Amino acid sequence: MPRWGMVIDLDKCFACQSCTAACRMENNTPPAGKDQAGMGRTILWNEVLPFVEGEYPNVKATLLPRPCMHCDNPACIKVCPVQATYKNEEGLVLVDYNRCIGCRMCTVACPYAVRYFNWYAPEWPEDLKAHLNPEPEVQPRPKGVVEKCTFCVQRLRQARETAEAEGRTFQATDYVPACVQTCTAHARYFGDLDDPDSLVSKLAHSPRAFRMFEELGTQPKVFYLKQG
Amino acid sequence: MEPKNPFTKAILAPVRKISTGDTLLWGTLLVLLLAGGAAWTWQYIEGLGITGMNRPVYWGVYITNFVFFIGLAHSGTFISAILRIAGQSWRAPLTRAAEAITLFSLPFGAGSIIIDMGHPERIFNLLFYGRYQSPILWDVTAVSLYMLSSIVFFYLSLIPDIALCRDRLTGAPRWQHRMYEVLALGWNHSPEQYRRLEKALDGMAVFMTMLVVTVHTVVSWLFGMTVQPGWHTALIGPFFLLGAILSGTAAVVIVLALLRKAYRLEKVLHLGLFNSLRKLLITFVLGWLYMMIAEHLTIGYSSMTEEMVVLTDKFSGAYAAVFWSMAALVFGVPLLVFLFKGKNNIGWMVFACVLINIGMWMERYIVIIPTEASPRLLTVMGQGSYLPALPEILITVACFAGMALLYAVFTRFFPIVPIWETAQELPGHAHAAETSPTGD
Ligand code: SF4
Ligand code: SF4
Repeated sequence: MPRWGMVIDLDKCFACQSCTAACRMENNTPPAGKDQAGMGRTILWNEVLPFVEGEYPNVKATLLPRPCMHCDNPACIKVCPVQATYKNEEGLVLVDYNRCIGCRMCTVACPYAVRYFNWYAPEWPEDLKAHLNPEPEVQPRPKGVVEKCTFCVQRLRQARETAEAEGRTFQATDYVPACVQTCTAHARYFGDLDDPDSLVSKLAHSPRAFRMFEELGTQPKVFYLKQG
Repeated sequence: MEPKNPFTKAILAPVRKISTGDTLLWGTLLVLLLAGGAAWTWQYIEGLGITGMNRPVYWGVYITNFVFFIGLAHSGTFISAILRIAGQSWRAPLTRAAEAITLFSLPFGAGSIIIDMGHPERIFNLLFYGRYQSPILWDVTAVSLYMLSSIVFFYLSLIPDIALCRDRLTGAPRWQHRMYEVLALGWNHSPEQYRRLEKALDGMAVFMTMLVVTVHTVVSWLFGMTVQPGWHTALIGPFFLLGAILSGTAAVVIVLALLRKAYRLEKVLHLGLFNSLRKLLITFVLGWLYMMIAEHLTIGYSSMTEEMVVLTDKFSGAYAAVFWSMAALVFGVPLLVFLFKGKNNIGWMVFACVLINIGMWMERYIVIIPTEASPRLLTVMGQGSYLPALPEILITVACFAGMALLYAVFTRFFPIVPIWETAQELPGHAHAAETSPTGD
C-alpha cells in the first residue's frame, strides 16, 4: 500500500493561488459570500497563508500553501466521538459526511486549522452550479458537518479505474491531487512516501525539508522545502 | 410510626399551595423556555450559521453553558454525598434543596452539548460508532451516569417524605394523591426500612463522590486533551472541579435564601446554615485563587510563545476586561463580603453568591474563547473574534429559565426540606438530634 504524501517547495511557490482555485473546482467547496467571508466562515480546503516570523524590523514572511497534512498521528481522529473522521489504509485522513454529528471537536483539536464546518447549507450561483464536479466523493456536503482536504480521493479512485480499464497495474505516479497538477510553478510534488525511490520521498529527506509544528508529534505527511 | 419532626407542618405548608404569584412566575419562565425552544428550531432549520460562532471560534456560549451547568450540578452531590461521608450533620436541612439544583441543572448541561451539535438527530451515532478515545464520549458517559445516579440518589431520599405527603395531604387532587401513593412504594416508616435506606444512601454517597470528581475532570478534558495553548495543562481538571464546587455551593446559598423567604421556612433553614456555608465558601474562594495563581504563574514564567499569546490576551489584550472583572466577581468582592459582611447576614451572602456565579460563567467563557481565538496559526488568521448572536442568547436564557421552572414546580409538589433527615427521632434509631435548628 502506498503512503501518500506531498512536498511543497517554497522556493518555487510564488503564491499565485492556482492551487486554491483548482481545489475549489475539483472539490465543490461553495463560495462563502461577503458576509460569511467576513466572519471567517469561508471553506477553503487549500489556503496560501502568510506566515510571519520574527518581529519588526527583522521580519521574515513566508507564504505557505496549506492543505490538510494528513497526519500519521492526527489530532482530529483521536477526538472524533463517532469515528466520522478516519484514516484509510493508504494514510488518507477522510470524513464520513453521513456520520459526522457536527460537534466540531476535530476543528478545535487540529493544530493546522485545516477543518471547516458547514454553517449553512452550501449554495452556488446558477452558472457555477452547472460546473460542479459530478464525482460521488465530492457531492455538496450538507449543513452541520465538517469537511476538509482529502488529497482528492476521487482522483485516486479514477486513476485506479483507468489503470484497470487499460489493463495495466496502477502506479503511484498515476495519481496526483488537483493542486499538484495545477501548480503554476511546479512547486508541489506528490507520491508514495514509503517508496524510497519516489521523488517525494527523496525530497522529504532533503536537508531543506521540514514539517509544520513538528514538535506536536502529529507527524504530518506534507513536507515543505525551506526557502533558500 | 412517622418520624418525629416538630417542623413537619411548616415544611409541608408550601406543598400544593399554588398561588397567583406562582402561576405568573411559571408562566414567565415557560415563555422564556419556549422562546429558547423556538430559537433552537430556527437554528436546526437554518444551520449553526445563525449563531456568532465562526472559524476559529468553533465553540461559543453553548459549550460555556455546558461547563457551567454541569458545574452548578456539583452543589447537590457535594452537600449530600461528600458532606455525608464527612459526617457533617448540619447539612441535613439543605440536602434536598441542593440535590434539586443538581437534578434540574444537569439536563440543561447535557442539553447544551446537543444544542451545539450540527446534526443533533445523529446523536445515536455515539452509541453505534462511539470511539472511546474521544473526550466527548467520556463526557457523554460520565454525564449520563451522573444524571442517572443523581436521580436514584434523589429519589431514594425522597421516598419517606413522599410517604408523609401520601398520609398527610389527603386533600390533594386524586391524581396527585395517586402519584404520592405510587412513588412512595408502600413505605410505612418501619425501622428496618430506615436502616436499609441509610445504608443505601451511605453506599451511594461514596459512589457519587467518585463520580462527581470524575465528571468535572472529564468535562475539562474536552479542552485539556487537545494541544491548544491555554488548554493543554494538567491543572485544568482540578481547576474545573474546584470551580464547579464553588459555583455549586454559591448556588445553594441563593436557593436557600429564596426558599426561606418565599415559603417561610426561616425556622428550618436557619441562619446557622448560612454561616456554615460561608466558611465553606471562604475555603473554596481561596482554593480558587490558589489554582488561578498556580496556573497562570506556570504559563507566564516559562513564557512559551503560543501560550503567551493567549495569556497576554487575557491579562492585557482583547479579553482583559472580562478576565479582570471575572477575577473581581469570583474572588475579590466575594471574599471581602464573606469575611467582613457575610456573618449572620443573608442579604450580603446572597449578593456575594450571585457575583460568584456570574463570575464563574465568565470564567468558563474566558477559558474557552481566547484559546480558540488565538490558534497556533495566529499570524495567519489574525485574531479571531466572537460575540454570541441572538439565538445563542435566547437559548442561554431559556436554559436558566428552564432550570428555575423545574425547581419552582418541584417545590410545590414535594417538600424541599427533607422531613425525615431533619427529624429529632426516627423509627428505630435516635437520629441526628443536633440537626435541629438551633441557630448559631
Ligand atoms: S492536519 Fe488536522 S485535519 Fe489534517 S490530519 Fe492533521 S490533525 Fe487531521
Ligand atoms: S465534527 Fe464530525 S468529524 Fe469532527 S469530531 Fe465531530 S463528529 Fe467527528
